[in-house]
Order: sequence, then structure tokens, then C-alpha cells
Amino acid sequence: MNKGRRNFLIGATSVVGTAGVVGVAVPFVGSWNPSAKALAAGAPIKIDISKLSEGDMIGPIPAWRDKPVFVVKRSAAMLEKLNSENNRLADPDSAEEKQQPAYAQNATRSLREDVLVLIGLCTHLGCSPKFYPKITPEDFDPNWLGGFYCPCHGSKFDLAGRVYKGVPAPTNLEVPPHRYEGDSVLIIGEDEGAA
Amino acid sequence: MATLEQQFKDIMRWVDDRLPVTETYEKHMSKYYAPKNFNFWYIFGVLAFVVLVNQLLTGIWLTMNYVPTGEGAFASVEYIMRDVEFGWLLRYMHSTGASAFFVVVYLHMFRGLMYGSYQKPRELIWVFGMFIYLALMAEGFFGYLLPWGNMSYWGAQVIVSLASAVPVWGDDIALWVRGDFNMSGVTLNRFFALHVVAVPIVLLVLVALHILALHEVGSNNPDGVDIKKHLDDNGRPLDGIPFHPYYTIGHDLPGIVLFLIVFCAVIFFFPDGNGMFLEHPNYEPADPLKTPALIAPVWYYTPFYSMLRAATFPLFGMTAKFWGLVVMAGAIAILFVVPWLDKSPVKSMRYKGLASKLFLAIFVVAFFILGWLGMQHPTPAKTILAQVCTAIYFAYFLLMPWYTSVEKTKPVPERVTF
Repeated sequence: MNKGRRNFLIGATSVVGTAGVVGVAVPFVGSWNPSAKALAAGAPIKIDISKLSEGDMIGPIPAWRDKPVFVVKRSAAMLEKLNSENNRLADPDSAEEKQQPAYAQNATRSLREDVLVLIGLCTHLGCSPKFYPKITPEDFDPNWLGGFYCPCHGSKFDLAGRVYKGVPAPTNLEVPPHRYEGDSVLIIGEDEGAA
Repeated sequence: MATLEQQFKDIMRWVDDRLPVTETYEKHMSKYYAPKNFNFWYIFGVLAFVVLVNQLLTGIWLTMNYVPTGEGAFASVEYIMRDVEFGWLLRYMHSTGASAFFVVVYLHMFRGLMYGSYQKPRELIWVFGMFIYLALMAEGFFGYLLPWGNMSYWGAQVIVSLASAVPVWGDDIALWVRGDFNMSGVTLNRFFALHVVAVPIVLLVLVALHILALHEVGSNNPDGVDIKKHLDDNGRPLDGIPFHPYYTIGHDLPGIVLFLIVFCAVIFFFPDGNGMFLEHPNYEPADPLKTPALIAPVWYYTPFYSMLRAATFPLFGMTAKFWGLVVMAGAIAILFVVPWLDKSPVKSMRYKGLASKLFLAIFVVAFFILGWLGMQHPTPAKTILAQVCTAIYFAYFLLMPWYTSVEKTKPVPERVTF
């Protein structure tokens, strides 16, 4: 028996076999990716915000890409308090870049100072947080400044969607790409200048 | 003219020459010697098998009327419940069966921990058993999405989102698992395929391996005594009796009847277990825009769900969400290595020392508390309790090499007692 030749054949067969298995796995793994139809369904949506009054929220309907959308019009009082307790927030300056477009990486996390646009899914495990706009003591926080509270695992976010420290959610709520058409139409799913 | 008996013998010989039917029957049934001191705790393996058959049968029948699409799923379950003849019964047998499966499997696992059934030479039986448990959790998870109720939807959303806790690739993995930007009919359809085809096949293979490994080394018993040490003149264990007919008829059949009485009582009188087996928000169709006020998994996952929630602070530069995933995965992974954590010279709790007994008792209490906490709204006090119980859960396993080796054990008898 030629040991060297046998080892070579075993090696060559294994390499070719492994390559074959990997090659065959490609279509099986690939077929789990979002289909062309699912990708096409992610088109931008238009929301009329002319009737949205201060302190109120449009949401979770309409949805963008089947995800709930929150549109909040913040009052002057809300904005005044917004950055008053930044030491309680995990990422007050929105340093985590993928959570918002560059044009929302500012003190109010918004394109227009008063209007906040968010994906309404908790960055912890994807529940939809509830809107608690009032600056008043709540069960979950005696010094509540208004914001969002996730009932599933107790994560808290302020009125700019920024996550508090000491809660399970790791990052701020996501700001989707959006732009305005005039004063009253908000388009979600498209960036400024993309029109 | 040969007698009927002779004819049967001839047929069996013809078959046996081609396929070892008689030999297999003797090896696994009529000449498989099981210790004669089995007690009540030794019924749950057989019961798990009975429930498995129930799940397969009712599951096949349910697929005959179920529609695995985002548009049709919820309505088809209502159709099964209201319009299909005996559809309600088949569905309740299946949904109650899922809970029954976990009841008997948890008791079966507790038996293993109590009598040291995982110790040498039964490590592989335990490991295969843990893979069965894992497959069962996956099966239950995929199946729970299928009714497409609101709890199905959000429960699955939470668990799939767990994947996004993986550093760097997390969000892409979650997207790949869902096959869509959010949970949708696409996800439902693939979970259906996994639930009715893929996982059941894996489960059946694992069950076969579990039993083959068991029959290779023989069953443990409440004394943890090796019955193969004392054989009669024919080489049969003196303390063993053939599995069939002694255990099948004398032990298992009455146990199965008792089990079925309880099982039927639940099916007919408490099919939703007051929200424990079928949760109330699941009577509403899935709504991607409305999270139920309290998301709690079905009771058999709640201990692990509590441990997931117990991680509330970042550590070593990783997020709390990541640690939640690590703690939950670790809680399941650590079960696999129990055979190598137990350093005790004796198997059974009957002869182990006080430390082992105390640790097992505290562990069981902590597990129950975690299970209860997993169904509750998180409050600061409950989170601390969950953290304490999570610590106890891990301490039971991680300290096992220490307390099993230093404690004083009792002498083990030569022969089984009963």
C-alpha cells in the first residue's frame, strides 16, 4: 500500500467534497434572504402632519416596511426639558451612527426641531414601546420627562427616542430616512435630496 | 400438513435470515433487563414517548386543514376549532400535548439529576437527551407562531430579535431568519416547514439515539447500583427483570392510563390552562403594530426568559442585551456538561451528602421562581429576585465539582433495595 498516495487521495476527495457541500449550501442559505417581492414592498410612505397638534403622536399607523412608525410633534415645553438630564441617558449625543441618518444626529434627533420621526420598535427585542408624553411621575420612573416606555422589558426612551441608562435596550430608537414636502407632508423611506 | 405454530415459526425464520426482527425484539424488549427497583420517577421516559406519538398524529391531522400564510393562518385555526369535525379536539390534544411534553420531560430530567443517571457510563444518553430538549424547545417555538395570534407574533418577534444581540452580524442574522424587514407571512411559512418537517425528523433521530445508547449500557436505578455486577448462571442480572412484559404491562401501562386521565381532564375542562397553555392575547389575530401589554412566553420557557431579562447592565464593553442572550444560552448549554461536573463517587441522591441534596432543592426552588417571574411584569424588586435566582441556577452547576467531591457520602449497597 502506498501511504502517501492514499493520504493524497483522501485529502483531495475531502477538499472536493467540502467544496461541493459549501456550493450546494449556497442556494439553501440564500433562499432565506428577503425575496424580491419583500424588498419591493419597502417603498416610501407619505404622512400628512398638518393636523398633528403639539404633544400628540401619529402612530403606529401608517407603517413603513411593516414596522410601526411614530411621528411626534413636540411642544416648546417638551423641547426645553429635552436636554436637561442628559446624564441619565446612555447615548445623549446620538454617537451610534446607524441609529439615525446624519441629518438627525443633533440635539433633538430630528430634521425639524419640533417633529420627531421614529421606528416604533424597541432596540432591545423589538416590542413596540408605549407613548407617555406627559412630564409627570410614572410608575416606572418618578422623574419622568416624557417619552416612550416598553412594557415588555422595561426599557425607557426620552422624547428624542434616546435610551436611558440601566435598561435592557442597548441603543436609541431608530430614526428612519425621511424628508418633508412643504410644511405638511412627511415622507418616510427617502432621504433629503433624494426626490 | 404443518401446524399453524410451525408455519409461523417458518415465516419468522425466513424473515430473521433477512432482517434481525426477533433478535432486535429480544435485545430491546423481552431480554432487555431493567433494574427491578424502578419507582414512580421511571414512568416519564415512556410518557414522553406517548406524548411524542400524540403530537405526531394530531400534528399530521392539523396540517390537513391549516393554511400557513399570513392571510390565512389565523382564520384556518378558527376554521379547525369551529367547523372541522373534531377539529377542536385535535387542536387541544396538540396544544395541551405541547405543555404535557414539557411537564414529563422536566420531570424526566429531574429524575436524571436526582439519581445521577447521567454519570459514567451514561454520559451520551444525557447529552442526546439534552439535544432532544433543545429540539423540543425549537419545535415548541416554531409551532407557537403558527396560530398567528398576537402573542404568537410578538413572542416570535422577541425571540428572533435575540439574534440581533450577536455583535456585528446580529441585525443581518435576524433579517435572514425572518426573510423580511419585520415578522411576516414569509417568516410564518418557513417556521411551518421547520415545525412540521425538519425538526420532527431531527427529533425522531435523536430519540432513537437516546434509546439505543440507553439499551447499550442499561438503565440506572434509584440506588444507582450497577445490576450487571451480579449475574445468574445464564449471565442475566440478578436484580433485573425483562422490560417486556414486566415493565410494559406492570409499570408503564398503569402509568400511561393515569397520565391519560389527567391529560383528558385538561383537554376537556381546562384546554387553555387559564392562559398558561394558550395565552389570552393569542385569541386576537397578529397585529404588527400593537404589542400586547405583557409579553410572556408559554410557561415552559419562562425560567429562561427570566434569566434573559435579568441581565440589565452592560459589562466588559458589551451591551446588557448581549449578556441577556449569553446568560440564556449559557443556562441551556451548561446542562449538557452536567456528567462532567458531578465528581461524586456515588450516583443516587440517596447516598450523596447533604450539600448535594441542599443544592438540588434550592436549584429546583430557584427554577420555579424564575418560571413564575417570567410571566410577570418586570419591576425593580422582581428583577433583583430574578438576578438572585439566576445566580443560584448557575451556582448549582458551577459549584457542583466542588460540593460533590468534598461532601461525605453514604455507603452504597451491593444490591438494589426496594
